[in-house]
Amino acid sequence: MREPEPKLSLPVAGRAGRGGGGLHEKDGDPAFLTTRVEAWIDAARKNSLWPFPFGTACCAIEFMSFMMSHYDISRFGAEVVRFSPRQSDLLIVAGTVTDKMAPVMVRIYEQMAEPKYVISMGVCACTGGFYRAYHVVQGIDEFIPVDVYVPGCPPTPEALLQGVVKLQEMIARGETRYQRALAAAKAAGA
Amino acid sequence: MDNREQTVAAIRSVFPEGEGVAEIPGGEMPAFRVDRGALPALARHLKNDPALDFKLLLDVCGVDYPGRDERFEVVYHAASLERGQRIRLKVPVPEGDPVVPSLFGVWRAADWFEREAFDMFGIRFEGHPNLKRILCHQAFQGHALRKDYDPGQRWLLRETEQDDMPAWAKERPEDADHFETQVLNLGPSHPATHGTLRTVVRLDGEIITKAEVEIGYLHRCFEKMAESHTWNQVIPYTDRLNYCSAMMNGVGYALAVEKMLGVPAPPRAQTIRLILSELSRIMDHIVDIGANLNDLGAMTPFLYMYEAREEIYSLLEACCGSRLTMSYVRIGGLSHDVPHDFAESVRYLLKRIPTLIADMETLITENRIFRDRTEGIGRLSAEDAVDWGWTGPCLRACGVAYDVRKAYPYLGYETYDFKVPVSHGGDTYARYLVRVEEIKQSLALVEQALGRLAPGPIIVDDHNVALPPKEKVYTEMESLIWHFKLIMEGMKVPAGEAYGFSEGANGELGYYIVSDGGGKPYRIKVRPPCFAIFQAYPHMLEGATVSDAVAMLGSFNVIAGELDR
Repeated sequence: MREPEPKLSLPVAGRAGRGGGGLHEKDGDPAFLTTRVEAWIDAARKNSLWPFPFGTACCAIEFMSFMMSHYDISRFGAEVVRFSPRQSDLLIVAGTVTDKMAPVMVRIYEQMAEPKYVISMGVCACTGGFYRAYHVVQGIDEFIPVDVYVPGCPPTPEALLQGVVKLQEMIARGETRYQRALAAAKAAGA
Repeated sequence: MDNREQTVAAIRSVFPEGEGVAEIPGGEMPAFRVDRGALPALARHLKNDPALDFKLLLDVCGVDYPGRDERFEVVYHAASLERGQRIRLKVPVPEGDPVVPSLFGVWRAADWFEREAFDMFGIRFEGHPNLKRILCHQAFQGHALRKDYDPGQRWLLRETEQDDMPAWAKERPEDADHFETQVLNLGPSHPATHGTLRTVVRLDGEIITKAEVEIGYLHRCFEKMAESHTWNQVIPYTDRLNYCSAMMNGVGYALAVEKMLGVPAPPRAQTIRLILSELSRIMDHIVDIGANLNDLGAMTPFLYMYEAREEIYSLLEACCGSRLTMSYVRIGGLSHDVPHDFAESVRYLLKRIPTLIADMETLITENRIFRDRTEGIGRLSAEDAVDWGWTGPCLRACGVAYDVRKAYPYLGYETYDFKVPVSHGGDTYARYLVRVEEIKQSLALVEQALGRLAPGPIIVDDHNVALPPKEKVYTEMESLIWHFKLIMEGMKVPAGEAYGFSEGANGELGYYIVSDGGGKPYRIKVRPPCFAIFQAYPHMLEGATVSDAVAMLGSFNVIAGELDR
């Protein structure tokens, strides 16, 4: 069992007592809290996701709306979109993946450094959608592990925002595929 | 002598009756059944005879008729922009020897269309310079659009089986003049491709000396899917062709089927279609210009313009519940009426959008950096553009004033006052200017159409085409029966063929539809405008730099959904 994520109250300027910044008790004495370093790191990771937009089709257009000022993913700390798999930790597969595209997607996933998470955006990426056809992958989980499935054709930007929030909750609870695999490996090694 | 008789006479003067060119009577345009031996000579005559002047090859497609002696048919559609005439050629091909002479030497537009027919039907085009699969992947077996191909039969492409580089990319042509060549792969996952396109270029220093494009990374089998769905069920699939302006694809498809049925949509539906189509055109141009500017390093205009898009999304969502892929059109009209505050919302858009466009224009149109990056980049002459099969804003930026809305009006476009913007630059900057002006013309069209929006039915009252109203289905036996039949069997479209075309955001969006009289289409071939535009891209790249390649690609507005279908 993991410990719950530490609840922190950030110091407010002016209220900080001796020694400047850091956390303080109400009376101004320096405070401390106990946690585990994994939980601390996960809290940092979940609030600074760097998505790789693997946009292939219509969903990529809704992904743009999700980025733009109207919906604005930066409110959730995941606006630093990187087009290099080596700089990102969240793969958002937005759109239909065909059999021709699948090896490309797998290679990009493999190039991403760990820890890495995957959101499957739209029914095509989730299950193939209404393209039950000779050239369409019937769900990207045929090839790569998926953490969050966001249904819709295409999903509204709100739905994708919710998907990202869900992923953040999963990271905090240690439930993503990467974290579970790591925990399993540790348990096997111990 | 009318246009059609003139065309037939001009062909007959060189190809008399019985010499492999037989006229097919009736139909919407002159059509000929041509022996494959006579095809190249006829094609050259069609293009070069000034009395015929079929300079624009629109489409090449295959059709499979398993019952016939000569199983396949290759269908060509060509147009003369000067004379306003169209022609259809049909070449029967036997299964045992599926070979047709390539027309790449006559119209360069035939390049990718022939490759597609080869990929989908296995018809070989003799003399084609690069005849290989174009949409399906390299490990694919069989030909997907043949009637005996199972729609669900997939083939796995392993990473090691990918055809990584074209043959020319593997050689190293280094000599005294070219001492630092390298091969660069742009895509299929690349920030500037906005989709799944792949361009392989060979660089000599910074100059591109050779390029090849690989497409098909988003081939979602639209045409095969259409054959296994009823006529109305195809509409959601059409939405996902050019998903930046989904409405127009559905309208184009519905118009083509309505033409075959002989059932036009009621006036109110036509006007709503026009308003939403023009707003979709604005949305499409916004994404194109915005993304192009974004690639060139100008992020701010995209944010301004995306606001306009969000405003239009709100209207579309109010109309049909969906933002992007609307599925709002039905054959014979629309799925339901617009909300009560529709006119008010559109009027708000008419006020809001011009300010955003003006902001963008202030930043960009006279911007020194933008002009340096785009003027003279990706220039194509009008003659070449027609030869490659270009249509739409890209063709108009080359100085050819061809717009389907003016040349072959539909939805009552002939009664509206609007202009077709033309630029003579032929370069990336000209394409930008044309699109900006088209946004303004579309706004004018919307304003006029809004004034004409009169109350009335929004779908035809024909129980063979449109579902009866729900209250009748629940209370009348006959309506229930029609409802059941339409849902279970689909509407029956009379046997025959039609080429319906409309002005999509990228140019002429054509649907060649064959019906066997059943509840499902026998064959639908989409003529995607950006397919023809994009095939010229590798040839235009030669001599350009990589940064030019990005600027050019953005201005073509290549939408992978439409390109690969």
